[in-house]
Amino acid sequence: MTTVANDRNTDLRVIGKSLPRVDAVGKLIGLTAYADDIELPGTLFCKLLRSHHPHARVLSIDTSAALAMEGVVAVITGVDLPIKYGIMPTSQDEHALENEKVRFVGDPVAAVAAVDEETALAACRVIEVVYEPLEAIESIEHALLPPTDEPIHDYAGPGNIHRMGALEFGEVDEGFAKSSFIREDVFFYEGNTHLPMEQHSAIATYVGDQLTLWSSTQNPHYVHRALSRVFDMPMGHIRVVAAPHGGGFGGKSDPFSHEMAVSKLAMITGRPVKCTLTREEVFYVHRGRHPVLMWVRTGVSQDGKILAMHFRTALDGGAYGSYGPASMLYTGALQTTTYNIPAYRFEGVRVFTNKAPCGPKRGHGTPQPRFALELHLDKIAESIGLDPVELRRRNYVKPYSRTINHLRITSCGIEEVTDQVINASRYHERKKQLGHGMGFAVSSYMCGAGLPIYWNKLPHSECIIQVNRGGVSLYCGATDIGQGSDTVLATVAAEQLGLWPTDIRIVSGDTGLTPVDLGSYSSRVTFMAGNAALQAAKEMRDILVEVVAEKMECSPGDVMVGEGKIGELSFEDAALLAQERLGVLTTRGSYTPPRDIGGKYKAAGVGPSPAYSYSAAVVDLNADPYSGEIRLNKVWIAHDIGRSINSLAVKGQVEGGVYMGLSEAMMEGQLYRNGLHKQPSMLDYKSFTFLEMPEVETFLVDTVDLEGPYGAKEAGQGPLLPVIPAVVSAVYDALGVWVDEVPITPDKIMRALDARAKGREGRYGPKKFPQISYPPIVKVPPFDATSSAF
Amino acid sequence: MLRLPRFSYLRPGSVAEAAQVLSEYGSRAMVMAGGTDLLPKMKRGQIEPEVVISLGHLDELRQIRAVSDGGFEIGACVTLAEVVSSSELRAAYPGYVRAAALVSSPALRNAGTIGGNLCVDTRCNYYDESYEWRKALGFCMKKDGDICRVAPASATCRAIASSDTAPAAMSMQATVVLVGPKGMREVPVASLYQDDGQFYMTKAADEILVSLRMPDPGRWKSSYVKVRNRGSIDFPLAGVAVALQLSGPVVDDCRIIITAVGPQPLDVSHAAQPLLGNRIDDTILEEVAAEAAKPARPLDNADLSYVWRKRMTRRAIEQAVREAAEVA
Repeated sequence: MTTVANDRNTDLRVIGKSLPRVDAVGKLIGLTAYADDIELPGTLFCKLLRSHHPHARVLSIDTSAALAMEGVVAVITGVDLPIKYGIMPTSQDEHALENEKVRFVGDPVAAVAAVDEETALAACRVIEVVYEPLEAIESIEHALLPPTDEPIHDYAGPGNIHRMGALEFGEVDEGFAKSSFIREDVFFYEGNTHLPMEQHSAIATYVGDQLTLWSSTQNPHYVHRALSRVFDMPMGHIRVVAAPHGGGFGGKSDPFSHEMAVSKLAMITGRPVKCTLTREEVFYVHRGRHPVLMWVRTGVSQDGKILAMHFRTALDGGAYGSYGPASMLYTGALQTTTYNIPAYRFEGVRVFTNKAPCGPKRGHGTPQPRFALELHLDKIAESIGLDPVELRRRNYVKPYSRTINHLRITSCGIEEVTDQVINASRYHERKKQLGHGMGFAVSSYMCGAGLPIYWNKLPHSECIIQVNRGGVSLYCGATDIGQGSDTVLATVAAEQLGLWPTDIRIVSGDTGLTPVDLGSYSSRVTFMAGNAALQAAKEMRDILVEVVAEKMECSPGDVMVGEGKIGELSFEDAALLAQERLGVLTTRGSYTPPRDIGGKYKAAGVGPSPAYSYSAAVVDLNADPYSGEIRLNKVWIAHDIGRSINSLAVKGQVEGGVYMGLSEAMMEGQLYRNGLHKQPSMLDYKSFTFLEMPEVETFLVDTVDLEGPYGAKEAGQGPLLPVIPAVVSAVYDALGVWVDEVPITPDKIMRALDARAKGREGRYGPKKFPQISYPPIVKVPPFDATSSAF
Repeated sequence: MLRLPRFSYLRPGSVAEAAQVLSEYGSRAMVMAGGTDLLPKMKRGQIEPEVVISLGHLDELRQIRAVSDGGFEIGACVTLAEVVSSSELRAAYPGYVRAAALVSSPALRNAGTIGGNLCVDTRCNYYDESYEWRKALGFCMKKDGDICRVAPASATCRAIASSDTAPAAMSMQATVVLVGPKGMREVPVASLYQDDGQFYMTKAADEILVSLRMPDPGRWKSSYVKVRNRGSIDFPLAGVAVALQLSGPVVDDCRIIITAVGPQPLDVSHAAQPLLGNRIDDTILEEVAAEAAKPARPLDNADLSYVWRKRMTRRAIEQAVREAAEVA
């Protein structure tokens, strides 16, 4: 790993160092108690009965045989949980247990609490549900047709259309008219799932009107709200604790049926109730990557400058709304944060189908258009005889600029990340050789969404630091889902207080004990909670310094902080002295993104972020011209991190993103057959093993963002994005055929080779984009700094 | 997580006792060696024995013995990892040992046995999921249903032969020893399987496979090529075992067995005819591979497209012949 530092700030003692994470030891020695490890006396075990039909009316549910079984304590159905919920205010379309109709195979209809899991499962099997099957919608094209039976939902529409958007910035028709070259392409990105190591698990207690839920959730803040809504209970009587996490990647960002069911069953039985999903159920719970069909048309000038772009997307949302309205807009929002597009038109639609609901997965809504955009630019470059890297460079956004869709760009290392991977990989020196290829792509991602998921004016993140008995505790609602947010918070505070990260006790992700943080989604935690922690830590440092200055009879400016000391005193002595004088010490910090980072048009809430990270990748591979099999040789990845808080943790995130990107580029698919998930098991849902993973060389580029904590930006999602198009581009470089569809599997490559051998276009991918009645285009006026009030 | 259903677990003291117990319980019982195939399938309700008879602890089934005719007898409960680490077996039967080394993952080779791999259940992606999933899809004839989901017109189940070691053993003309209520019998591995994914083995339900007898390799060189999506864990999408006798560069004899392209491993040695008396070259090899792959009938019940799998079978045949010739 190489760090390219633009800034020579050597004062920092712990920020940026390569250190083990603060939670590493507990995980290594097996003492970390994940939700499923929580054992409480008298715990009952819950299983959900899930629909066997993709789309059906529920005519009746008879639970009497289950209730009569020995060991069964309670059985609930949708009658017991009538209030709907959903992560977004506009998509309150889920019942914890469906009572009237089921919308995908796996939709829960009943829940059993029993003395053990076997009994609960056996009881589920004797619950009698009478269904009346309805026509199942299995594809985007199918969902666009008028339904023969009835739409999947009774809101939104027409038919099975969930959400549409149509926006135009700048003069698109004019841009095309001026273009000397125009190209259109169609792409398809298959859906895939998160595959966290830990299956979702939740355990609830209900004691004296107080409901407590421990859950493997990324977003305790939103689960808290959903529970309050579903149980019509005051927020103050509900506590949601994000248990230590075995991986989220977006898959644990929604409130879920099993969380509602164990809560309700705990209320009914008065006993703790736990539900841990099977791996198969995790595939049904899903909320993963949307399958997206894309059409893109771009006009460029003679010298390769983009003059206009028109981007259309159609997302297969599965059975429920989830984050869908945002997912749809994200397929159009971030094309402009890498390339200066002076005229841009976006039309998007999300449809309902009878499949497991899609939602946010690492990169939320942006890997699909990034894949299409990067390959589209490769094709344009080839068409106009320009080097693909050069074409991109001619269109790169500039630091501290404003995109046509009103997004504020601040620090931007797109040139630097490009230089790093192009030079290190010797991309331009490669020899043209059948079967060997290299591909390049760039991308950009947000450091946290500019707006919360529901409208409110609470800070996006808050921290409390308490100094008590000579020690430091930091309280923050942020949730460490394995991305290392506890380590980030501890490191930020340690730097200010002259301590080591492991000196800081972190209490996080607990709505009963910690102040608000919106959650671990949209790569927001380092930037937002990091800033809140920084503010609280600075204030605490000032208090301690002042007390010590008084004792030392010097000015606060002469008190050095570091190496575990405040001036002449050890940290502990200084802390005890301060507590003697002032009582227990607490400071607060909070963060809310600035208001001028985006526009104020309808749908402007999706895309703005206080900063954007930039990533570039080169993939080197061999592709077999007979079999289409790919052997990856190496990946070079450069990431504009702003500044690392912990460079080891950043590197882990970058490499993890590369791994996930490669696996979904080449193998993964949430596939369906006859309305049923084709392969809900880890043996048959193919994802990379160690053996598929090539060498990765990581470059961290420091651009030191002016608003990030110590200049830091995100690392959790961005580095996945360029990897996927770079793989497909490298296959084209090796074999001369395009596979305009992800995953790029050997059989698809073979079909593209076959097509070329038969004299047809050497391509595999969607032939056309469907006719869609998008709404009338909303022409958005140019950004006006004086009126921006988003 | 998925839980095992309730069952009785018996731990007989000898093979004779195991055979006795098995004949008492008949089809209500299953024998278990490493359990790597049986236990997950019990969790998914694909196999529902009331009684599981353990064999893995029996020392008499855990021996690798050189026998007087120059071959080896390998006990059924010798693990795949033990076979892989045996230098004698590797020298004598490189194809068979290679096949054992390519089964699943290191952890499962430490538990999985050679007997278990010869008897491993056929696979089909209309079958290899949980009870709930199969109920949603509609059950198939292999378990709880009455039609073949991948080939609805077929009178028999088309689940895929998935043992890597079976074709390799067949290429050496190995035999297995079966012990049943009527005593012991020795049968060729080649006659152990039939063209039916449901009743894929010819052995009687009350017979226990106790050992694999590999004959003296003599001048036979061997190889095994496995086609799969990933470098580990996966079952074969196609498998080819080749045994070859050479005089210098000239082929004297050649056996080719293909697997995972239908419900049973297929001996397609007849296709090797053009090689006999000739040097191995691209043209002959292409002709041989095309002919040998003809009986391959992959269907849409495994990973990747069946067209690709069929074509890769040809490729694997060519590769296996070359690799066998290169074995020192």
